[in-house]
Amino acid sequence: MAKAKPVNELKCAFPSWSSNEALARSVAASFAAQMNPTCEEVSDIKCAVSEAVTNAIVHGYRDTVGEIQLILKLYADRTFSAEVRDRGVGIRDVEEAMRPLFTTDPEHERSGMGFTIIENFTDSLRVVSSPGKGTRVIMKKKLSMLPLAK
Amino acid sequence: MLTQEETPLRTVTSGKTLTVFIEGDIDHHTARQIRSRIDTKVYIQRPDELILDLSRVCFMDSSGLGLILGRYAKAVELGIAFKVANPTPEVRRILDLAGTERLIKIETAHQARRAW
Repeated sequence: MAKAKPVNELKCAFPSWSSNEALARSVAASFAAQMNPTCEEVSDIKCAVSEAVTNAIVHGYRDTVGEIQLILKLYADRTFSAEVRDRGVGIRDVEEAMRPLFTTDPEHERSGMGFTIIENFTDSLRVVSSPGKGTRVIMKKKLSMLPLAK
Repeated sequence: MLTQEETPLRTVTSGKTLTVFIEGDIDHHTARQIRSRIDTKVYIQRPDELILDLSRVCFMDSSGLGLILGRYAKAVELGIAFKVANPTPEVRRILDLAGTERLIKIETAHQARRAW
């Protein structure tokens, strides 16, 4: 679906402070805005990126502060892609982590719905993780065509 | 660490009903303080009914779901009736995705006296 070369790309890095969750999703929404997405698509992107960044903060860097990288790409076929990388603890069993309602942190009222939301609000989700090395969450979403486009 | 303004939170008490109006974003960052402020209010007032009005919540992710389900669990524990009112379409999609309505009553035209 996505062409090899993006038409635009943005990379940024920030500390895993929870106050940066809002920053990350705003950056993603602003970056996607150049493709004139619908309000619903913007809302989906914000939510999906917010989930991935929150995972990095809450799980990846559980008791520490580390660097989170956000890599955003746009392709000519209107595919938006976002990658969230951390160098935290990693996920032992990715399949288990992606199961709806699964959480390792119930006492902090984590709903266990993060990956489920990303899956529902994007077209593809890939999670690459190795314990002790970190996690990469890559999501792609094809934005709808503009109503007047030929 | 950066500081962020507290998310506005207003409450209206009508009889034994406590309505909490949340404004702005509910994410992992804001959920912590919203949770403790709602819980404090509930423990002090001990209402018969708790309503969370979400009409001014522009963004909510799974942390918001955790907040709502957690308040529901606490209300059940304390014997308090619990409702969610007026979610925006964005918030409603998250609530529906998690099948929240199987547990929690969601009112879309809640007539509580507005706090704004």
